[in-house]
Amino acid sequence: MARAATTADAFNAVAEPRRRQILDVLAGGERPVNDLVRALGLAQPQVSKHLRVLREVGAVDVRDEGRQRLYRLNGHALKPIHDWVKGYERSWSERFDELDVVLANLKQKEQGDGGGK
Amino acid sequence: MAVASSGTAKVTLPTDEQILITREFDAPKHLVYRAYTTPELVKRWWSGKCGEMTSCEIDLRVGGTWRYVMVATGGFEVAFHGEYREIVPNERVITTEVYEGVPEEEAPEEDVVNIVTFTEADGRTTLRLLVQCPSREIRDTIIDSGMEVGMQEGMDLLEEVAISLQ
Repeated sequence: MARAATTADAFNAVAEPRRRQILDVLAGGERPVNDLVRALGLAQPQVSKHLRVLREVGAVDVRDEGRQRLYRLNGHALKPIHDWVKGYERSWSERFDELDVVLANLKQKEQGDGGGK
Repeated sequence: MAVASSGTAKVTLPTDEQILITREFDAPKHLVYRAYTTPELVKRWWSGKCGEMTSCEIDLRVGGTWRYVMVATGGFEVAFHGEYREIVPNERVITTEVYEGVPEEEAPEEDVVNIVTFTEADGRTTLRLLVQCPSREIRDTIIDSGMEVGMQEGMDLLEEVAISLQ
């Protein structure tokens, strides 16, 4: 089986739309929690709860800077998801590589016909 | 044949029920659309490197049906069919998709819907295929099937290597 459904794996961590939203925001760079609260439009305790889940699976790292806690994305923890999708991605890539050949052919023919649309 | 490849397909999971496949092509969109919707042309690319397409039926009108059959390298047959829900030539095609390998009693009540859009910039076309599934389980099954294909290819490759060593 491709995936194990435990509560503390990356799959579970990103199953929640709000948590995906947090990861999206953090993909843009390190952020203090207030920024996340603002971006998500949720109350801080809720955001903190989601951040805790993400930290448990290592998807998010945190460090203190002065009085602020800064959160950042740790893409490496999401690798199991990437690996899972990779086989599917590869079959489409191969399919589209063949489509490249068909298109090169069509372009050539069209140009041969005088370039008409 | 050497082709200036536009890179690999990118797969993302925008929501729990969706798969988004994105790929750029070095061709204007009317050609990508043609290659995507003309049986003789689909036959030349759809099976990728996984096998041979033995049948490709396309009735390109809203309410019309499509059916693709492929014999995979391992000798087994896979077939898909569906219905056209929306067609905007050179812009967008929306179809349902049913995998015929699923026994009817296990088939989901709601169909998987494929939304394909073609956008052109500077003579290049970005194809976006959004696979909208009725549930996360079905979405996950579809992705797992890709993994099986990948594994099958791995096995084929292994076999080639083994033969070359003889």
